[in-house]
Amino acid sequence: MAAEPIVQVRELSKIYRQGDLDVVALNGVSIDIFPREFVALMGPSGSGKSTLLHIVAGIDRATRGTVLVQGIDVAGLNESQLAEWRNQNVGFVFQTFNLIPVLTARENVELPLLLTRLNGSERRRQVETALQLVGLADRMHHRPDQLSGGQQQRVAIARALVTDPALVVADEPTGNLDAKSAADVLSILQALSRDSGKTVIMVTHDPKAAAYGTRSLHLEKGEIVA
Amino acid sequence: MALPLKYNFRNVVVRWRSSMTTVLGIGAVVAVVIVLRAMARGIEASSGNTGDPRNVLVVRKGSQAESGSLVTREHFRTVQYLDEVARNENGEAVASAEVIVMVTAPRRGGGGEANTLLRGITPRGIELRPQVRLVDGRWFDPGHREVVVSRRLGRRFEGFEVGGTLRAGPTVLSIVGHFDAGGSAFDSEVWLDADEARSIFDREQYSSILVRPRDEAALQSLVNRVENDKQLTLRAEREVDYYAKQTATALPIKIVASLLGGAMSLGAVFAAMNTMYASVASRTREIGTLRVLGFSRRAVVASFLIEGGILAGIGGAVGCLLALPMNGYSAGTLDFQTFAETLFEFRVTPDLMAAGIAFAVSIGVVGSLLPALRAARLPVISALKSL
Repeated sequence: MAAEPIVQVRELSKIYRQGDLDVVALNGVSIDIFPREFVALMGPSGSGKSTLLHIVAGIDRATRGTVLVQGIDVAGLNESQLAEWRNQNVGFVFQTFNLIPVLTARENVELPLLLTRLNGSERRRQVETALQLVGLADRMHHRPDQLSGGQQQRVAIARALVTDPALVVADEPTGNLDAKSAADVLSILQALSRDSGKTVIMVTHDPKAAAYGTRSLHLEKGEIVA
Repeated sequence: MALPLKYNFRNVVVRWRSSMTTVLGIGAVVAVVIVLRAMARGIEASSGNTGDPRNVLVVRKGSQAESGSLVTREHFRTVQYLDEVARNENGEAVASAEVIVMVTAPRRGGGGEANTLLRGITPRGIELRPQVRLVDGRWFDPGHREVVVSRRLGRRFEGFEVGGTLRAGPTVLSIVGHFDAGGSAFDSEVWLDADEARSIFDREQYSSILVRPRDEAALQSLVNRVENDKQLTLRAEREVDYYAKQTATALPIKIVASLLGGAMSLGAVFAAMNTMYASVASRTREIGTLRVLGFSRRAVVASFLIEGGILAGIGGAVGCLLALPMNGYSAGTLDFQTFAETLFEFRVTPDLMAAGIAFAVSIGVVGSLLPALRAARLPVISALKSL
């Protein structure tokens, strides 16, 4: 394992206000995640695993504590810096795929590249490479509703990879998939960390899914328990 | 960097049901506004292109309209023999003393009766108005109870075809021809011999004198001479200027167009707003996803404004198509100075249509502003969690 962690989480807390009640989602979590790791965040519903993932990925903000990703203090970035940072450094895979229904697979994968300086042909080349990597080069011109769930999730992975981010985060990526499609998706995520040098953090409550990872972290009531 | 336009176009197409409602709503507003403005244009055009810049119209001092003016035969004689007046090849003064009388005639298709303007002209009257051409039949013979009507009036009034008749009190006038006045105010008139008109309507005097000065310098001099001659008590004005002032009759329609257009566009803004709010609501997670991928708040706002603009722009185009069949449609309006029916053609011009589309796009953009801001304000995480 490399010496420098890619993700350093220190004393991270997140408290939501729900009516008059303070709900503690994360309570002083500290973890290190190293390059090329494929970490499974596990735990029951409400344990704070998704919250942790969202804060690390820069789509939610912590109440206390620090998160350093590649040495950058994510909390120190303003809204637009954060958007740019996400675009360049983090790939996202969601449980519900979150593809844009009116765009084709190719156009969906191209979206994050529209925010870069790449020209049309460079973008096309990268999109095709990403779709080949997930085995969907022949479905490029299909819209999401013309693809199966497993195929949609693979398109979503291609979209997460297309900007070549160091970090890929996946929130229950197999939650809406059948066993065969789930296995395909998990194999791709595994290959990303093993062969492509990506760091993958995946939230799941399926032990079989977690088994694809290099390490599992268990959360309960906002704290790391194992 | 902005979201691709195809994203907006396809969303408009995919959500075609609600898109249609907005498109048709805005289309109707734009159509009404264009038609009203086309009407105002037509009225302006009918008085605007009337007359000849070489002619001078002489009326009594203090009268606003030709129909309310009285000019004596002595006046006519005086004016006719002024040095400034041009002569034709026979040495006759190119001047026409004219009588304006109102008659009522039945509209075609049982639409009641309407006033129409009868113009008695002396022989030079036709030669003074080259824009008026005989298109059917022949000109009236002086000394006969004959009239020539405009072709457009012929289509609007019962019995106004060539060979038909026109009743003026107990007198029956034969219609012997149709003329075309090229869309000018004369297209709302019936012409006959001036002396015949004076005898039928028992008029001692004329209403106005139309005269052609020799040249531009003579025109200025004639105007000054008539104006300054205290004996004459007449007012002289270039014919085109006189008719251009009659354009004022289009003003009420312009006001109605603005008021109606304003009220309806307010409604259309709300319709667009409603559609865009629904669109934002059903795409909340999509917006969250775009934000996660790195698109800024500004890009999201711009995208929804563009989408509203596209939607309304299509509505504007539909409005133009709806308004287009009115182009060239002939209608009558009451001239508030003469109380005669004035004919005009609706003019749906390219610039009116362009203005209509621009108006529609602005409705769409204004209507999309609040929904777009709402879409952009949503925190990423809550947008993502919405179903």
